[in-house]
Amino acid sequence: MIQVGVAGIGMVAPGIENWAQGRERLLAGDPCDLATPLPKLTGEILPANERRRITTHIRLALQCAQDAIAGGTLAPADVATVFASSGGDLEIVDKIITSLGQPGKPISPTQFHNSVLNAAAGYWSIATHGHAASTSISAHDASFAAGVLEAATRVEVEGQPVLLVASDPLSPPTLHPSRPLAAPFGVALLLVPGPAKWVVTIELRKTDAFSEMGVAELERMRGGNPAARSLPLLAQLASGEPGQVNIPYLSGLGLCLNVAAC
Amino acid sequence: MDRSLKITAYTVTTAAGRGVADHLKALEGDASALRPCDFDSIDLQTWIGRVDGVEDAAIDGVLRDYDCRNNRLAMLGIQQDGFVQEVDRAKRAYGADRVGLFMGTSTSGIGQTEVAYASRDPRTGALPKDYNYRTTHNMYSGAGFCRRLLGLSGPAQAISTACSSSAKVFGTAYRYMRAGLCDAAVVAGVDSLCEMTLMGFNSLQLVSSEPCRPFDRDRDGINIGEAAGFALLEWPSDDADVCLLGYGESSDAYHMSRPHPEGAGAVLSMEKALSSAGLRPTDIDYVNLHGTATPANDLAEDRALMTIFDGQVACSSTKGVTGHTLGAAGIVEAIFSCIAVTHDLLPGTHNMLHVDPAIQSRILLEPQLRPVRRVLSNSFGFGGSNASLVIGQPL
Repeated sequence: MIQVGVAGIGMVAPGIENWAQGRERLLAGDPCDLATPLPKLTGEILPANERRRITTHIRLALQCAQDAIAGGTLAPADVATVFASSGGDLEIVDKIITSLGQPGKPISPTQFHNSVLNAAAGYWSIATHGHAASTSISAHDASFAAGVLEAATRVEVEGQPVLLVASDPLSPPTLHPSRPLAAPFGVALLLVPGPAKWVVTIELRKTDAFSEMGVAELERMRGGNPAARSLPLLAQLASGEPGQVNIPYLSGLGLCLNVAAC
Repeated sequence: MDRSLKITAYTVTTAAGRGVADHLKALEGDASALRPCDFDSIDLQTWIGRVDGVEDAAIDGVLRDYDCRNNRLAMLGIQQDGFVQEVDRAKRAYGADRVGLFMGTSTSGIGQTEVAYASRDPRTGALPKDYNYRTTHNMYSGAGFCRRLLGLSGPAQAISTACSSSAKVFGTAYRYMRAGLCDAAVVAGVDSLCEMTLMGFNSLQLVSSEPCRPFDRDRDGINIGEAAGFALLEWPSDDADVCLLGYGESSDAYHMSRPHPEGAGAVLSMEKALSSAGLRPTDIDYVNLHGTATPANDLAEDRALMTIFDGQVACSSTKGVTGHTLGAAGIVEAIFSCIAVTHDLLPGTHNMLHVDPAIQSRILLEPQLRPVRRVLSNSFGFGGSNASLVIGQPL
């Protein structure tokens, strides 16, 4: 069992710009239609020259990260980061591989360095002047739960605050049939050692029973985007009440998350 | 806190051969396994580190959905040096659900998507029906494949931080074990040749038209290679030959594809690795450099090394043997560090003719036989992602 504090939350989804809006929507059980476009993501945390280079997925991840850290007492530069994403930016992959089909296989150098799974992590460190440890991980549909474990083990073993960002954008049209996601979604949790606004106890369990969302549109989102597997946890945190949620991990495994308010 | 883990078993497959014995021979000698680029339809003046026989190692049976170049390379690699038998022993000792699996990769099986795009339906643009994103291209494909191949059911994930990916797996394994999520861990790094990385590094003008020459006066870029490396990690015991002693991670916060000119992030990751091992710079006998052979990377790493070691430590880059195996480079060079410690061998820097006069560190041109107790190994990647490992005899 691992225990971590949750000191900040970030959320971006169709029609939802930040955790304050997400919390309201979750409390009211009133999500936006999944086809609603993402709010305007500016990437404003980056200097203008870098901002021009980034993609929607990188903006999504940076916005969540910024949301979770805003208003807190921790300087972002001192916080280690874990970026979890099932497949990163498939839109960039689509562009690059399409270019490879052209004569001379011309690839954009900017697209190439933006194609790495740790692109958002790199831009976040540049934006915050942060030299702390950072990792970027994937476990396909289990990427959110894997991100929780990677971040929580860092909090516990290294004794340092860790910002977890989980985000998955929509697949581009060519890859959509092979990797259909219902909507883009991003979430960030600022995890800290010791007490915080909430305390979450994490247990890895053999189970096939997982928490679902009561509202159909939210449940469609939860099942339709790996990062949105976080929704039951976000709903529990939004409620302000103690409680337990079960999040799917790898086949036959789940994370039992016990939320207590401090 | 003590960061030690016993490295019970390890194996490596690169252009230089399959298994540890082939690589010991390569590191003792001066032959390079690099060859002029002959990969698929790539028309590029460069050299590559290509593993022979990957094309013939098709995956069939229940795991056939995983068939792609990256997983073929993983399967070839995992079958060397009795590694699977060692994992079986660990499974019996701890239970399959108590052995974790953490794999570093930069591009996973993206080559399969390149192949699929090349055979799109000319009318609809649809990808071929037998294309399977999850089991080939997805970042987790190789980790999922090896987890099933080994019959493991513990925690698992892919780590993808470009060229530091499979150095970082060691830290993750340590933390998962320390936090009680598993009792042992298979750590891995697998990356295979694909058009995207060859043409992508070419677009950044980072590939050399000749065999790569790390730290040489005339170095002008990397040779891309492919590799699969695996290690089994357990808690230390009295019979340990070689251990992970410490690890360090940092971010450059400088540029997406260029290193900090003074190697500031590299200094930080080496410092953290040393302090987590409870060691001083003078305790290190050899540094296996990231040493990719681009003019800027090697110079920045030299600056970082001078800051910590002041030219007092022997160091070399083994990229001239294998090429730059990207997401697999971290574990390949961690295993070279294990070989250095267990065979008292300091590898040289293959293909080097004249040390760059701007380089101040003590770069070994030729391999040397002398006692090696502790090695520091560096891996740095795009996005300013740095990782350093300390590997050596138990403390």
